[in-house]
Amino acid sequence: MKVRVRLFAALRDVMGPDLEIELPLGTTVEELWKRMVADEERLSPFADAVSFAVNHDFVAKDALLNPDDEVAFLPPVSGG
Amino acid sequence: MYEIVQDILDVRTLAQEIATDADGAIATFSGIVRGTNKGKKVLFLEYEAYPEMAVKMMTRIGDEVKETWGLESMRIQHRVGRVNVGETSVVIVVTSPHRDDAFAACQYAINRLKRIVPIWKREVFEDGEVWVEGPTETAEVP
Repeated sequence: MKVRVRLFAALRDVMGPDLEIELPLGTTVEELWKRMVADEERLSPFADAVSFAVNHDFVAKDALLNPDDEVAFLPPVSGG
Repeated sequence: MYEIVQDILDVRTLAQEIATDADGAIATFSGIVRGTNKGKKVLFLEYEAYPEMAVKMMTRIGDEVKETWGLESMRIQHRVGRVNVGETSVVIVVTSPHRDDAFAACQYAINRLKRIVPIWKREVFEDGEVWVEGPTETAEVP
């Protein structure tokens, strides 16, 4: 299956804003993140410092991904 | 009702738009860009948002305010892009028949915004820049 990954702030500086990633069915959002961190060394400072969102809602790390989901890895927010 | 915008924010106009004859109070919060942070001179801030999710989370805060205080008038606007020192980055306006609820709802909304709305700021100094990280606890789903 294919999912869209969106990145912001410091993560966007490393990876660019958008990615499309091909994944096996049954992948969790945390598994996808760990795979991205393993593939890109510059993401390692953020490994334990992101929240997960799927289709514009926060999700737990064990959330299963579905085809065409929009996944986002969010650094700690600092609006206001 | 809940917007991510590029333009200068105008809290007074917003307050006039939502106030009705049933209201006895308007509480407003304006967040403005401070010229120093931790002793360093700040030139300006750059805000970035995940706009679709930011609007969804602000809408959720509005639902929570409605649930707790029964107030449906709240408006929130947050700027993105460059915001200069002294300019307003966020405004929250809420009206109610009596002041206590308006104050409480307004404070609740800004505290909640700082935890769950996906917006980030980058501080630009004379000698560099840094993304500011908020206090989000990543172990939980906010």
